[in-house]
Amino acid sequence: MENADTASYVDFYHAEGKHKGILSWLLTTDHKRIGLMYMCSMMTFMLIGMTLGVLMKIEMLTPGKTIVSAQTYNAMFTLHGLIMIFLFIIPGLPAIFGNFMLPLQIGARDVAFPRLNLLSWYFYMTGGIFAILSLFLRGGPIDTGWTFYIPYSIRTGTDVILPLLAAFILGFSSIITGINFVTTIHRMRAPGMGFFKMPLFVWSLYATAWIQIIATPIIGITIILVIIERLFQMGIFDPALGGDPLLFQHLFWIYSHPAVYIMILPAMGAVSEIIPTFAKRTIFGYKAIAYSSLAIAFIGYFVWAHHMFTSGISETSRFIFSLLTFLVAIPSGVKVFNWVATLYKGSITPGVPLLFVMLFVFLFSIGGLTGLVLGSLATNAHLHDTYFVVAHFHYVMFGGTVMIFFGALHYWFPKMFGKMYNEKIAKWTIPVIFVGFNMLYFTMFILGYEGMPRRYWDYLPKYQTLHVISTVGSWILVTGIIIMLVNLINGLRKGPKAPMNPWGGKTLEWTVPSPPPVYNFEEIPVITHGPYYYGGEEEK
Amino acid sequence: MEKAKNDIHKTGYGTYVLIWLILVGLTIATVTASGFNLGDFTLIIALLIAAIKSGFVINIFMHIKFEDKIFKVFLGLAFMTLLAVFVLTSFDVFFR
Repeated sequence: MENADTASYVDFYHAEGKHKGILSWLLTTDHKRIGLMYMCSMMTFMLIGMTLGVLMKIEMLTPGKTIVSAQTYNAMFTLHGLIMIFLFIIPGLPAIFGNFMLPLQIGARDVAFPRLNLLSWYFYMTGGIFAILSLFLRGGPIDTGWTFYIPYSIRTGTDVILPLLAAFILGFSSIITGINFVTTIHRMRAPGMGFFKMPLFVWSLYATAWIQIIATPIIGITIILVIIERLFQMGIFDPALGGDPLLFQHLFWIYSHPAVYIMILPAMGAVSEIIPTFAKRTIFGYKAIAYSSLAIAFIGYFVWAHHMFTSGISETSRFIFSLLTFLVAIPSGVKVFNWVATLYKGSITPGVPLLFVMLFVFLFSIGGLTGLVLGSLATNAHLHDTYFVVAHFHYVMFGGTVMIFFGALHYWFPKMFGKMYNEKIAKWTIPVIFVGFNMLYFTMFILGYEGMPRRYWDYLPKYQTLHVISTVGSWILVTGIIIMLVNLINGLRKGPKAPMNPWGGKTLEWTVPSPPPVYNFEEIPVITHGPYYYGGEEEK
Repeated sequence: MEKAKNDIHKTGYGTYVLIWLILVGLTIATVTASGFNLGDFTLIIALLIAAIKSGFVINIFMHIKFEDKIFKVFLGLAFMTLLAVFVLTSFDVFFR
């Protein structure tokens, strides 16, 4: 499978195409370039979202006004959520690493629909620009929270329609990517690569793509209904007009809960790539991990109403959804146990990506277990809409998805850019991020347990000490992230050239030069064994 | 897939026009039915008509009737998911 002759090749950055300069990027159909364009735009949105988050924490340093008014604070938490969820975490791993790595990992020259792939980036950018534009329109920035709950989002005087349209367009981008990935995985695998010889990152992208296709249209329809209701006062969700506000919550969460799995599944896939590489062992329980991705995608579709336990839904449905919520913990547990079992007796190299995985396992486990606390009906009644929920989803989304986003960035950086970064500095950023993260968010568990409601601009003086610790934590966390990013940028500018396979990985992307040539493989490889083959007998 | 490549099914314009007319008729039926007070059956009838309409669209306009089994499996999966979502939502709507 080795494409050994790497001396005389032109990488995809320098290959001559139909267009030159900026147009060679804006009109490209190369999956790698599109992945990098996603990366640039998403990192920009992430930095905007992060800045908003830090400003919110500064506001919470003291009770009452610290730096912004209550209305500005409402707009800030709404935009922080909108940007981070719709523009960064949902598309994050599939759009960047999925686009770049999927064809490489399955031995293909591109995705099935390269032009559609570029179109999805344009949809993404249009959605992002609409969301940012909405800040400057007459009504002012949206203040509904990222959940757009009815009836407030029908009645607020702020501009709601443009951000809703932004989410609608972003949904199309997501659906198109999903369709492209499903088709690519079904049709373009290298000869010999059966479904159970695919890398687990590909499995996770496959499960994610199905959620993107099946769940996303529901939020699209819901958004259109809200816009119609707002424009024409048609009674759909607003009780004052004869509508049902719980119907909105059902429709919203039927998409938005599976969206959580759109966010986390690709991260779990990346973990399943990093661990065997740094443990120098075949992954433990390949099929169990592959099936658990599908199981998470499937069960995760049917737990949405656990967001609505205190909203007035029926006793029967509360009981059923609580039970289903507990079930989804099983496949998640399967993954974690298999990862740990892979490390057992492995020949472990504590590289930067593996350290991020360790961070992920620790933080995601806390996020997952506190999810069970929230999934229990009795404790949910106490903790609903408090800082406990904010802490829980930041442990899952930030501690889970974003930590692996950083880990995957460090893992595939040499392949994507053909350069190495300073590993020593990268390792030092991890404890800084760990300390900052836990100071910022663990305090929120305690605040929530003690009764601090989420989204409040003001609070009782008894909560101030924990808010101060949390705010200082946000500064430490951001410092760690900035050092990490500067280190990567330095690596990009003046880092040493990366070898073809710096970590000793076994999947196909490590068999092509760094960075890869335009069409990836000189000859399409023929697959004869599993993706994590380190010798010995393979799992049947 | 080979079979599909070699055996391209062509649907005549007449069929398309007929299906279109049926869809228009069923839309009129939906609007008409909404004018009657049918109690709990209002929702069921509306969904039933919508299901028949989508059946025509999927099979004829989207050509699924003439496609490979794999596409039918995928479509079936999406339908089963939709059905499960309906059932789970009904636990709230009918027991609230």
